[in-house]
Amino acid sequence: MNFHRNHWLLLGTIFFGFIGLAFIIAILPAQWMQRNTEPLPEAKPLSDIEQRGLEVYIAEGCVACHTQQVRPLPMDSPWGRPTAAADYALLGPMDVWRPYSPAVLGSARTGPDLSNIGARQSSETWQYLHLYNPRAVVKESIMPAYPWLFEPATGAEGDAPVVTIPEAYAPEGGKVVPTEQGQALVAYLLALRQIPIEGASGTTQTASTETSRDSDASAGGDEEKADAKGASLYANTCASCHQANGEGLPGTFPPLVGNAVVLADDPGEHIDTILNGAQGRTIDGTEYASPMPGFADQLDDDQVAAIVNHERTSWGNDAPTVTAEDVAGRREAGAE
Amino acid sequence: MVNPASLLPASRSAIVTKAAVEVAADRDTASTRLIYVYLGSATFWLLVGTLIGAYLGLKFATPDIDHIAWLSYGRLRPVHTNTVFWGWASLAMIALALYVVPKTSRRRLHSLPLAWVSLGLINAAVLVGDLLLMAGVNNGGQEYREYIWPVQGVFALGVILVTYNMIRTIVGRAIEEIYISNWYIMGGFLWTVALMVIAYVPVYQQTGISETVIQGFYMHMGVGMWFTPMVLGLTYYFLPKLLNKPIYSYSLGVLAFWTQMVFYSMIGAHHFIFAPTPWWLQTVAIIFSVGMIVTLAAGTGNFLMTMKGSFHTVARSYSLPFILVGVIAYFLFSLQGTFEAFRSLNRVWHFTNFTVAHSHLTMYGFVVFLIWGGIYGLVPRLTGREPSHFLAGVHFWFAFVGVAIYTIALMIGGTMQGMSWMAGDAFIESVTMMAPFWLWRALGGGLMFLSHLIFAYNLWCMRPARRDLPQELAAQEAMA
Ligand code: HEM
Ligand code: HEM
Repeated sequence: MNFHRNHWLLLGTIFFGFIGLAFIIAILPAQWMQRNTEPLPEAKPLSDIEQRGLEVYIAEGCVACHTQQVRPLPMDSPWGRPTAAADYALLGPMDVWRPYSPAVLGSARTGPDLSNIGARQSSETWQYLHLYNPRAVVKESIMPAYPWLFEPATGAEGDAPVVTIPEAYAPEGGKVVPTEQGQALVAYLLALRQIPIEGASGTTQTASTETSRDSDASAGGDEEKADAKGASLYANTCASCHQANGEGLPGTFPPLVGNAVVLADDPGEHIDTILNGAQGRTIDGTEYASPMPGFADQLDDDQVAAIVNHERTSWGNDAPTVTAEDVAGRREAGAE
Repeated sequence: MVNPASLLPASRSAIVTKAAVEVAADRDTASTRLIYVYLGSATFWLLVGTLIGAYLGLKFATPDIDHIAWLSYGRLRPVHTNTVFWGWASLAMIALALYVVPKTSRRRLHSLPLAWVSLGLINAAVLVGDLLLMAGVNNGGQEYREYIWPVQGVFALGVILVTYNMIRTIVGRAIEEIYISNWYIMGGFLWTVALMVIAYVPVYQQTGISETVIQGFYMHMGVGMWFTPMVLGLTYYFLPKLLNKPIYSYSLGVLAFWTQMVFYSMIGAHHFIFAPTPWWLQTVAIIFSVGMIVTLAAGTGNFLMTMKGSFHTVARSYSLPFILVGVIAYFLFSLQGTFEAFRSLNRVWHFTNFTVAHSHLTMYGFVVFLIWGGIYGLVPRLTGREPSHFLAGVHFWFAFVGVAIYTIALMIGGTMQGMSWMAGDAFIESVTMMAPFWLWRALGGGLMFLSHLIFAYNLWCMRPARRDLPQELAAQEAMA
């Protein structure tokens, strides 16, 4: 046993020793994961177009900045419930050039987690605007623009959705149509919806950190704290469409400043809109075609109340506020 | 510590001193040309790769600087990482190993033509791989293995041929013992060959997150079983040689080597702490991350003890300061990695820019600085030409200050990002809050890139004379 003189002994130990360790710590555990991970019973495989969207997601390198991995930590709860191995079970080899499951988990959260983006931001119009140029909807965003996933609208696009881009970011003509790849990518993003797991903490609740952190705040006590909570929830949940200043995007997402429903003394419709969403409303003479998603499944009564109150008391709005009980009442009324 | 010499059989310390120190300047023009062209290719990729890095850094401040698909952030980021990994650092390390392994084996390289083939294969792989990445063809978004298998296959073939070349050289060595440098260098080669195969065989990583288990292993073995042992092995040669004294303790080097192999192999899963991979796997990774402290202390301690008493030589040299920084960075920032692996700290730092700071402190502060130390230590001896000492100093300080600005900004910013998420602030606040730190990063990155331009110029100044006649060299020597 002389490693200093016997080269085959030394090189052989180095090489095969490492391979042995690799089996223990990587290959066998991977094999075990592969064999023993079942998808959730309700999980559906991606449709053809969604699968193509996943391929665009990989080709563009979205994984460089976005995770799809919610850790079992309170700080991750804004992104959904903790992800389980089962959530990824349906991912399979892509093609002969990459016969592996794509690495969607990610390792940097320069942008938000996308595990549940289809539920968090289900507006197709928003997704298109955002891809065309993220700053058109989120002013502070540093995400790249993807104009090559769009073509100028010609008026002859058939079923493809026509997207009106805000002036500052618009190409000539102002309207664009997503290419096949763009449509596939958005189809994939909208398919990213977590399936609830019984007993998983923070089940698809947006920002339930706030619930635990500030549970006493809205229950009476500290008004400032309650408003901070409303502001933060608003920023995470609503601002991407209605904007941080509440002005919306002209013609696409309605303003909340001076909005009749927000200012109404009876908060019923305001609460209902957040719980159930809206579509095709005409507000102040403008018809808004793109639908707003409902948040009944993602926000609890406290959180809805905090958002309603934030909207009712910000940007010069001054309308009567509500309590969690009011929201619970509307929820029940809606359920009947 | 006992007197190092007393730990060693007489024959070994003789080799150490001789192999490491008593080597006259080389007069093997064919091998000098080979090594120089390797270094030239490597430096070309350094410039390409870090120009892209600097551009990526700029994009955080001006996301609309271009709207070209091939230059978009998500496609370009892996071009940066793969180019500096496989084009720059790998080729530069191989170049130095092509000198050290034959030298410490007291014979010529087994086959020069074969080494040229390897160079061609590796260059071709990086070129094609980068173009494919920019065209949107990648391996599925898995860090550092983004090249699809036909491309990485060509790269691996290049490495396999060098490995074979090295093995034949060592097997035919003209002395009895295998010098410690060659343990590390051959470790680096053999582990990397195995790793490339393990990372690209699909069988056990086809569905779900089985791929994630392999990815964690691969990512860490890439940095830990390729770059780390290679530069450590090179340093076991260059440091004693440049200081003109034997390495402090041969046995510490051997101890560090075996712990490196066993501990480092086990810690890959710490890249996915809190992921839905098996919990025990993560715990094992954390425990061995702590175990790595033994390896780090043994390695760095050995180098620093070798330097002890010779710091005046370090200060006078233009290669040794690079080595000193590299050795200290190895200890400090690998230790930083151990801290990042703890669950309590990982929750603050994981997913944030802190990780990016760690990557550059290690890959740049440790690996690249040791490579530069080796290049400045070796090439003037090979070619008989020196760079301007002043410009070598400028290179050092720009690179050092640049990477310090880059990483300090991201360590502070990254920690604040993590705190912001923990405080439950709206996500976009963690983006706007980072703006100044990203500016600092761009500034540091700009300095680093500048230093690379200077380094490229210095390498040009050290080029072999066109007609490398022995008399001419001797004349130069006499003048120097
Ligand atoms: C004791 C030794 C080391 C330990 C325990 C360690 C630990 C870690 C940990 C825990 C991470 C993941 C951080 C996160 O994602 O939250 C990490 C990332 C990283 N480490 Fe180390 N590290 C060590 C040494 C090194 C060395 C020597 C290098 C380079 C030669 C290196 C290069 C990297 C790189 C490039 C990443 C980023 C990977 C990514 O893209 O996610 N590390 N390290
Ligand atoms: C001018 C010099 C450099 C600049 C400006 C630069 C810039 C960057 C930027 C902007 C990123 C992306 C960070 C992010 O996603 O947030 C990055 C990533 C990376 N760079 Fe560099 N870089 C430089 C040199 C290098 C060198 C020489 C190496 C290695 C030899 C290196 C290794 C890496 C690695 C491993 C990553 C991935 C980090 C991670 O995933 O944690 N960089 N670099």
